[in-house]
Amino acid sequence: MTRLVGAAELAPAGYAFEVRAAGLRLQAGRRTVVDGLDLSLGTGVHGLLGPNGAGKTTLIRALATVLRPAGGTLEVLGRPATGRTGLREPRRRIGYLPQEFGYYRRFTVREFVEYMAWLKEVPGADVPAATQRAIDRVGLADRADHRMKTLSGGMLRRAGIAQAIVNDPVLLLLDEPTVGLDPAQRVRLRELLQTLGADTCVVVSTHLVEDVAAACTGVLLMADGRLVFQGTPAEIAAAGGPEHPGDSPIERGYAALLARPEPAGGTW
Amino acid sequence: MSTEHVPDRLAGRYASGDPGIPADELWAVEAHLESCARCRDRLRLMLPARAPEVAALVDGVWAGLLPALHGAAPAPGRRRRRSLAAWLTPAMVPWAGMSLIVAVLAVVFDGAFRGAGAGGGVAVLLAAPVLPVLGVAASWAAGADPMHELVAATPRAGLPLVLRRTAAVLLVLIPILLVAGAWTGVVIAQWLLPCLAFTTGTLALGGLVGVARAAGTLVAAWTVTVPALAATTGQWTAPLRTDVLPVWAGLMVIGAAVVVARRGGHTALAASR
Repeated sequence: MTRLVGAAELAPAGYAFEVRAAGLRLQAGRRTVVDGLDLSLGTGVHGLLGPNGAGKTTLIRALATVLRPAGGTLEVLGRPATGRTGLREPRRRIGYLPQEFGYYRRFTVREFVEYMAWLKEVPGADVPAATQRAIDRVGLADRADHRMKTLSGGMLRRAGIAQAIVNDPVLLLLDEPTVGLDPAQRVRLRELLQTLGADTCVVVSTHLVEDVAAACTGVLLMADGRLVFQGTPAEIAAAGGPEHPGDSPIERGYAALLARPEPAGGTW
Repeated sequence: MSTEHVPDRLAGRYASGDPGIPADELWAVEAHLESCARCRDRLRLMLPARAPEVAALVDGVWAGLLPALHGAAPAPGRRRRRSLAAWLTPAMVPWAGMSLIVAVLAVVFDGAFRGAGAGGGVAVLLAAPVLPVLGVAASWAAGADPMHELVAATPRAGLPLVLRRTAAVLLVLIPILLVAGAWTGVVIAQWLLPCLAFTTGTLALGGLVGVARAAGTLVAAWTVTVPALAATTGQWTAPLRTDVLPVWAGLMVIGAAVVVARRGGHTALAASR
């Protein structure tokens, strides 16, 4: 069938950045985790780096619009993400992989991704094809009809990534997508991220510095709920000198940028 | 889409790879071929005569592909489980089983209650308001549904999805209670209104403090109120007497009104983490 380009696809975006935050304050429970964060993210792969507890997961949840900011402004795909309503339209174009995601054990991979496609309001006629495409892209085609409970950790992660990209998102949020993947799968994921990053705003949270060096066009470095650094991987590498610990230039740069404010509470 | 097919001459030129076909015609031919099986078939029949090398290539590819295609299983048409999950998630199955067991127990213990002079169907009546509350909690609380975080981030999250799942809860529960009620001789009106009032109450309160907390509060309130009223009035079914039913109807309407007024809720992660 001849593919028609819809008006929605040709419409100008109406926003300069997929994500724009100013003075953003986020709370996990009663604790303020992120405070005074200013951020603008456009198309490309943005690596979100930082030590454990820096607020990466909380920030990603806010970007996924499941956590309402406690203060400041946050615009996602040109819509304010601070209210209780008006989220439906931007959410159709967001893909989100939480750090720990649950699933129904008896569902097959295909059923899981199809169910998520339904929840994301992918038009019914497109669901089977979109599902197959997403499963193909993460390399799970041979497991598509296996039950979720039979998958290994790395395969589950990939099924999670498949559900995140099933609606062809404009903003893709992946929280620790490389956990549990073996080295070859990580290389494949980086390639996928680079492909997606050509026309999508991808935010990948990770604590593996080498992932960022290999796949990301931009890096956000967070520590203690603040943005310490925003730039390119090359700029991070340039910040480090031989006196900083680390095995690669980017690791030394990471150590250098985080070392400035002395981390409290032990050597870890 | 055009209804005009590719003329034989043009199709022949296309099949032999004639570079002289103007670009716009070429584009039109290819666009038509994508959507017209008949013209594709005509093209296939022309190939061996017009472009033997292409025909050989296609045959070669098919020869290589066919064994692999025979090995691959066709995409299964199993969509039942997913369509069902649109209403009743697998996380709610344990609740449905529990409701069934509670209903059976209520019928079994009915005789014992009768013996104690409590009147017929007391156990069914007392269980009726609590079961839907637990069902709503199972369908939407963060701890009960493993997919909660994934679902909460989707556009369908929110009141429509909650109502859908609540409808499924009631569809499962009402027949169970209907049978249990008929068995023990309880009138439907006596348990249906409290049952619905507690359901809307859970949703209304859930929009404010989270479904899990709302369910806990309501179940606790019910387990405290019933014995207290029983002690003062000497009647276990005091809150369910027919003259109290208008109160239940009122509560149901208030609950529904709050749900509608706060319909923007249920789109964020439940607060219980």
